[in-house]
Amino acid sequence: MKIIISNSSPDPIYEQIVRQVKSQIISGELVAGDPLPSIRKLALELQISVITTKRAYDELEGEGFIDSVGGKGTFVASQNKEILRERKMKVVEEMLAQAVAEARLLGIKPRELRDMLRLLYEEEN
Amino acid sequence: MDAALEISGLRKSYKGFVLDDVSFSIPAGTIMGLIGPNGAGKTTVIKLVMNLIRRESGAVRIFGRDNIAHEPEAKARIGFVYDEPCFPPDIGLDRIASAVAPFYPRWDWKLFSGTLEEFGLPPRKKFKTLSHGMKMKFALALALAHDADLILMDEPTTGLDPVFRHELLVRLSAVIQDERKSVLFSTHLTSDLEKIADHVTFIHEGSIVFSAPKDEILETYGLVKAGGREVAASEIPGLKGYRHSAYGLEALTGDLEAARRSIGPRAVYERASLEDIMYFISKGEPHA
Repeated sequence: MKIIISNSSPDPIYEQIVRQVKSQIISGELVAGDPLPSIRKLALELQISVITTKRAYDELEGEGFIDSVGGKGTFVASQNKEILRERKMKVVEEMLAQAVAEARLLGIKPRELRDMLRLLYEEEN
Repeated sequence: MDAALEISGLRKSYKGFVLDDVSFSIPAGTIMGLIGPNGAGKTTVIKLVMNLIRRESGAVRIFGRDNIAHEPEAKARIGFVYDEPCFPPDIGLDRIASAVAPFYPRWDWKLFSGTLEEFGLPPRKKFKTLSHGMKMKFALALALAHDADLILMDEPTTGLDPVFRHELLVRLSAVIQDERKSVLFSTHLTSDLEKIADHVTFIHEGSIVFSAPKDEILETYGLVKAGGREVAASEIPGLKGYRHSAYGLEALTGDLEAARRSIGPRAVYERASLEDIMYFISKGEPHA
């Protein structure tokens, strides 16, 4: 795990930690089951407050990126792929919603839209 | 989490100075910084915790027990490190430790020698030959060796060079790797706290201004800066203090988001450091 804390950044320190851990999980540098340092250890290493590291871990856990296993420590969570997929699905959904809104403005019927979608999908293959 | 130290309604008055209704608590496993300008009452609070001066009212509980009714027990659990530790000047450090050790049931000689070595203090060195910083380190080595659960330090970093200060802070954050241990240290050098402190208590003219998690303070307070007479101090929400210069206004708010919403693009906004907060609250013109 790599973490760089910038004191001149306008972002709070806990956010900097959350962002960096997330990006290492998404990029695959950290994989499911990898152990993370304890809240206290991380605070000592980074010379920051334990409240700050706790908040970062709570947030990462809340979003499903890490699991804390009582008495054993904190690990990169295994359901990341599903979370990532869900996230990306959301992006697709948002883009489709945009397309639908445009189509509505132009008075395009749902069936025409479906045809367009099918054509586009098949074209790609 | 149990409180390592719980202070409530503490009062002590001297001629020309009153410490009044001081309350705060330190959860176990955390570091609390006590800040305030010189003469604010920081040392008085610490002396009251140590029962070196008599409180007029209020309560001090150390790990849940009254610090006067259970004084020997309370003191055995506290490691007191103050700015001018007082030991016989002509005696070696190891002999001072031998004299102190019997008072502490959990005294650890191995830890003591290890810490001396870590701090670069020769055990045979006479106390009077130590520099100010070395005396501070020696006092901390004693506190660590008797396995204190609450380390109490009065202005430990004052008069130390940056390298020394950094070393000391690293050592303090190592203390709370054990989540039963806590640290309280007073300082007017707020940058020392900006990093490692979990909670900050700000005392001014004998009263508590705030006692809160450091992150919360740094996220809610902020500076509002506006040129010329563009913004009147009185229209800033959460105003805590301000200063006019020839070219504009600089103000501290306790609610940066509200200030940003209500003043908008007429000002620029910045995070406030603990030093800014201490400065504006203790010296800035009070709000109208």
